Amino acid sequence: MKAAVLVFPGSNREGDVAQAIELVTGRRPLMVWHGDGDFPKVDLIVVPGGFSYGDYLRCGAMAAQSPVMTEVKRRASQSVPVLGICNGFQIVTEAGLLPGTLMRNSHLKFVCADVHLKVETSQSLFTNRYRAGQVIKVPVAHAEGNYFADADTMKLLEDRGQIAFRYCSPEGAIDGARGKEGNPNGSTNNIAGVFNETKTVLGLMPHPENAVEPMFGGTDGKGLFEGMVEALS
Amino acid sequence: MKARVHVTLKNGVLDPQGKAIGHSLNRLGFAEVGDVRQGKYIELELAETDKAKAKARLEDMCKKLLANTVIENYSIELVG
Repeated sequence: MKAAVLVFPGSNREGDVAQAIELVTGRRPLMVWHGDGDFPKVDLIVVPGGFSYGDYLRCGAMAAQSPVMTEVKRRASQSVPVLGICNGFQIVTEAGLLPGTLMRNSHLKFVCADVHLKVETSQSLFTNRYRAGQVIKVPVAHAEGNYFADADTMKLLEDRGQIAFRYCSPEGAIDGARGKEGNPNGSTNNIAGVFNETKTVLGLMPHPENAVEPMFGGTDGKGLFEGMVEALS
Repeated sequence: MKARVHVTLKNGVLDPQGKAIGHSLNRLGFAEVGDVRQGKYIELELAETDKAKAKARLEDMCKKLLANTVIENYSIELVG
């Protein structure tokens, strides 16, 4: 699997995700600068976390208009898989590759913590190493992760099975006695990650790339990378 | 020509920042303050003299970058 990791001014998780990809593939991904309108053919494009362009105006808004994203949009339309993590999720939604948007956390605080996620489906190139309903533990680190889409869009997402991950309790509960369980940011329907209609684009707020080594608190994120290698090699 | 663009959250979109501002004002003794909505104000200097053309270009700017129409409305005002 040949992967490209985009780098914007202000990206800061590009090294982490490159490391995770190298761990499972044995090869270093191609790092692509935001000003590059063209880059070699790859099997996967990763838009990493960070604070692209200082998150000015809106998170991901400027990055979504960069030369490299014009090329990413072209390739995504030809079904080249795209994975957006954290700021990368914000960028791909701003670029129109995924519906909805990420708003300020409902409690207005930056949240940096391990969270539990329920895997909604194993039927995608990103999640085939997980079981539907499986609970995994990965970290989040963001201030704007509150997923929002209008009611019609939300219904379509739910009906078409485009929800990839939901925040949940350690036991996998989503609706509990105290309301929404394990929701760190106020996201509608506890949504932590969504697919596009063809499930070739995935955006998620949590950082699976930071849960691939036991030394750093767990390996539950590794399945995502292993699954992609299996699907794309 | 100068343009003023206001970007505001659509009705029904939760605005936790506006809520926090409202609470702070209430705490400061401004009990009359109810709902507060926060937005953005952007001032642009344009090298364009035709108002209709400027307006059309600004519409395009708002749709492409200045506003996220999933959650935001925008209004455009031309001055001078």
